[in-house]
Amino acid sequence: MKPATAFRNDALAKVTGRAKYTDDLELPGQLHATVVHSPHARAEIISIDVSLALQAPGIVAVFTAKDVPGKIRFGQIIQDYPVLTDKQINSTGDVIALIVGSTREAALAARNLVKLEVKELHPLLDPEEAIREGAPLVHDWHGSNICNTHHIRSGDPDLGERESTHILEAEFITQRIEHAYLEPEAALCNLRPDGVMEVYGSMQHPFSTRRFVANTLGLPLADVEVKTIPMGGGFGGKDDTAALVCARAALCAYLLNRPVKLIYSREMSFRESYKRHPYKITYRLGLDDDGLIRFVKVRILADGGAYCSVTPWVTWRSTVQCCGCYQVPHVHCDTYGVYTNNVFSGAMRGFGSPQVNFAIEQLIEMAGEKLGLDEISIRRKNMLHQGSTTITGQVLDTHIVSLKQVMDRVLDQINYSEKRKQCSFGKGEGELYGIGFAISYRGMSLGAEGVDLNSAILNVQPDGSVLLETGIHENGQGSESAMILIAAEELGLPRESIRYRLPSTSNIPDGGTTVASRGTIMGGGAVVNAAGILKKLITEALLKHHPQYSVLPSDTTLVFADKLISTADRSIQVSWLEAIRLCFANQIYPYAFGVFQAPNVSWDEETGQGNAYFTWVYGCQAVELKVEPRSGKITLTNLVAAHDVGKAINPELVKGQFYGGMAMASGYALLEDCRVDKGMVVPSNFHNYHLARATDLPEMTAIIIENPDPNSPSKAKGIGEPTNELMAPAIANALYHATGKRCFKLPLKA
Amino acid sequence: MNIIVNGISHQLSSDQHETILSTYLREELKLTGSKIGCGVGVCGSCTVLVEGRALRSCKLKLKDLDGKSILTIEGIHGSEGGIHPIQQAFIDVGAIQCGFCTPGMVLSAYALLLSNPHPMREEIRQAIKGNLCRCTGYQQIVDAIELAASRM
Ligand code: FES
Ligand code: FES
Repeated sequence: MKPATAFRNDALAKVTGRAKYTDDLELPGQLHATVVHSPHARAEIISIDVSLALQAPGIVAVFTAKDVPGKIRFGQIIQDYPVLTDKQINSTGDVIALIVGSTREAALAARNLVKLEVKELHPLLDPEEAIREGAPLVHDWHGSNICNTHHIRSGDPDLGERESTHILEAEFITQRIEHAYLEPEAALCNLRPDGVMEVYGSMQHPFSTRRFVANTLGLPLADVEVKTIPMGGGFGGKDDTAALVCARAALCAYLLNRPVKLIYSREMSFRESYKRHPYKITYRLGLDDDGLIRFVKVRILADGGAYCSVTPWVTWRSTVQCCGCYQVPHVHCDTYGVYTNNVFSGAMRGFGSPQVNFAIEQLIEMAGEKLGLDEISIRRKNMLHQGSTTITGQVLDTHIVSLKQVMDRVLDQINYSEKRKQCSFGKGEGELYGIGFAISYRGMSLGAEGVDLNSAILNVQPDGSVLLETGIHENGQGSESAMILIAAEELGLPRESIRYRLPSTSNIPDGGTTVASRGTIMGGGAVVNAAGILKKLITEALLKHHPQYSVLPSDTTLVFADKLISTADRSIQVSWLEAIRLCFANQIYPYAFGVFQAPNVSWDEETGQGNAYFTWVYGCQAVELKVEPRSGKITLTNLVAAHDVGKAINPELVKGQFYGGMAMASGYALLEDCRVDKGMVVPSNFHNYHLARATDLPEMTAIIIENPDPNSPSKAKGIGEPTNELMAPAIANALYHATGKRCFKLPLKA
Repeated sequence: MNIIVNGISHQLSSDQHETILSTYLREELKLTGSKIGCGVGVCGSCTVLVEGRALRSCKLKLKDLDGKSILTIEGIHGSEGGIHPIQQAFIDVGAIQCGFCTPGMVLSAYALLLSNPHPMREEIRQAIKGNLCRCTGYQQIVDAIELAASRM
C-alpha cells in the first residue's frame, strides 16, 4: 500500500467541499451580471439599443462600451482586447453589452433583448488568406494581419543543402483546443468604502487582472486589490479572458456601487475564452550519409485569432524550439503569428511546444527510416548532450543535460526494444499493436521574452509561527504547498508552523504570471533567498544578544534544523522559539523579503540568436496502443514518462503533474478539436467537446529524475508543461508502428 | 413536499417544484460543495447521492425528489466524526489538484463502495467515468479509491 506522503495545505478544505471558489462566495446586496456576445465574427456596429432589456423584470442596468470610464482596450503585449466592443466587432467572442440584474436568472433572461444593428463584413478565417497581399485588415491600426514574426538565421542553410544527401519535406497541422478548466470564468467585485475595488475571481494572474481592472476603471493600480482564492484549474487559460471577466464585474460594481458577481456558463467560456493556437508547420530537413542533420528550414504559421494576447511569446518558444532537442548547424526559421476573425489564441500549458514537438518528433523518425536507422539511433546521433550548442547559439553547460538519461529510463521501463518487434505495421489479423515515444527539451520559465522576477515574504510571529507569501499563484497545482515545504526545509521547521497567507496584489510586489512552469523555480527561489535573509538576521541577533553565542566569532554560520538553531558541532543550541523571542526582545523583526531574479538571458530578434532560457528541462514519454482496424478505434494501453525536475519538492504532487499532463496530451492527440465555423466556436460544452475520461486512459507510470539545478536556489525546476508536450508525437509514432501510416494532422485518426 | 438533505428534512413550497436541485443546494441551503462545471449533466462536478445512487444534481428537479434522501459532500464524514476514509485517502495519495471535481469524485466513489466494497481498478474507472477531471489524469484518484476500499 502507498505510504501517505502527499502534502497539500488546501487538501482538507477541498475534499470536504468547504473550499470557497468564486461562485461560492456571497456579499450582502450583491447583483448578478451577464454578458451579451456578438453573433458576428466581423462587423461594424451601427447601434446598440438596450432600452427593451432595461425594462425587463429584475434588470438594474445595462452597460456598453460608452460607459467605460477608463480605457476600452487592453492587452499584455498589444492593447487590442476590448472589455466591451465599441465600433468594430472582430470575433463572436466579443462582448457588446453587460446586463446587471437582481438575480442571475433575470440577467440571463434579458440577454436577447439587446438589439444590435451592424454592417456585416467578410470575416478573415484562414491565416494564409489573411496574410495574402491586399487582404482586408482585422485591425486597421496595426497595418498588417501579421501580428508578429520571429526568425532564426544560424549557419548557412545553402551550405547545409549541399552537405545533405537526404532531404525530407513535410507539413504538419495542429488543431485548436480548449483548456477546459473545470471551473468556468468567474468574478465577484466590490467597491470598498475606502475607494479600493476589491476583486475575487477565478484567474491565474492576479497582477495582470489588476492591470486589466485598473485600465478599465481608469484607477491607479493601488486602488485595485485582487485577492486570490481557490480556483478550478487554469492551464494557462485563465489570463486575458479571466482578467477581462473580472474587469467587467468590476465595471458594473464601480458604476452601481454594489457588489457584482459575474459567472460564466460553460457555453460562454467555450465561446469567448482563448484557445491553444492551431499551427501549420512546414519543414525541409537535410541529413548526410552518417545520419547527422545538416540543416532545417521551417515556416511556422500560427492562427492567433482576433486579439494578440500572448501570441508573440507563444510563437517565440516555438521558434527557439523549432528543431526539437537536436543539434542542427544550419537553421532558417520564419514564424508568423497571424490575426484572423477566429476566436483568439493564447497561453496554454505547453505554450508553443506541443505543436512543434508533434512535428519534429515524427520528422526525426521519418529521417531515420530514410537512412535505415532505427528511431533510437537517429535520436542518439543528433540529440543535445552536455556542452552542446543549441540552434540559438546557447551552450548547455550550466546544468546537467539529461536527455539521454530520461530517454534510456523510459525505454528501459517500457521494454521498448522487445515490444517494438511486436508492432503490426498494418499487417496481421485483427487488432493492430504499436509502441512509440518522443523526447524533448524545454526552456524553463519565461526566457528572453519576459521580465522574470519573483519575491517572497517570511514574517515570523512572536510565538514562532511563520506567515509566508509569494508572488506565485495557486492554480491547483500545489504551488503553495511546494513553497511551504521549501520554507520548512530552509528554516528547519515542521511544515505545520508555516501558514501560507491569503495572497493579495496589495501586499506583495508583482511576481509576473504563474505560467511557463515557473512557479516552483521562481517562487521557490524567492523563498530560499528570503529564508537566507531571515536566517542571517536571526544569526546576527543571537551572536549579538545571546550570552552563549555572543562569544563566537562574528562570521559564525549557524545550522537551522529540527526547530533548533545550533553551531555546526551542535555544542551550543537554542530553540527556534527562544531565538524568535530574543529577536523581539531586542527590537528586531524576524521578517524577510526575498527576491529571485532569473539569471541573465539574451536574444537578438534579427538573427534569433542568444541564451534563450536560463536553464532547460528534459523529458521522454512512451505509449503502447491498440488499433481496431475496421473502426479505427485507438485504445491506449500503457503510458510511461520520465522528466528531470531538478529536485522533487513534493513527489506525489510532482507525479500528479506527470499524470495530468499525459492525460491532457492524450486528449490533444486523439479526442479534442475545438472547431470553428465562420469564426464561431462549434463545441459548446462537454457533450460535444470530449475530454479524456477515466475509462479513456490506461495506467500510467511516472519516473522522476533528479539532477539538482545550480541555477535554481531550491534546485528544483518546473514540471507543469513538459509533461504536456510529448504524448501527441509519441502516440503518432506508435500509431505509425501499428498501422504503417504517418499522421501529419491532429487530432490523430487511424 | 419535502426532501431530506444530509439527514435534515426541508419543506418545499409549490413554487420550488421546478427548481433544479443543484441551485437549491447551492443557493437556498448554501451547500456550495456541489460545483457547477457544465450545468448540463456531463461533467459530474455536481454529483450528489440520491438514496445512495450517484446522480447529477444539475439535472434533477425538486418535484421529482419528494421524500427522497440526498447526501452531499457536506454530509459525508467518518464513523466517529472527522473525515471519511475516502476523503482521507484522496488527501494521502495526492488525488486533489484544483479540487473542483473533488466533491463529485468523492461522492461517486462513496456510491461505488456502497455497492462494491472491493472494486478492481477497471471498475473504479467505470464508476468515475461520469466525473471529469482536467488536472489529475485520474491515476491518483483511482489510487485513492483503491486505498480507501482497503482501509474500510
Ligand atoms: S454541473 Fe452537473 S454534471 Fe456538470
Ligand atoms: S482536480 Fe482539478 S478538475 Fe480534478
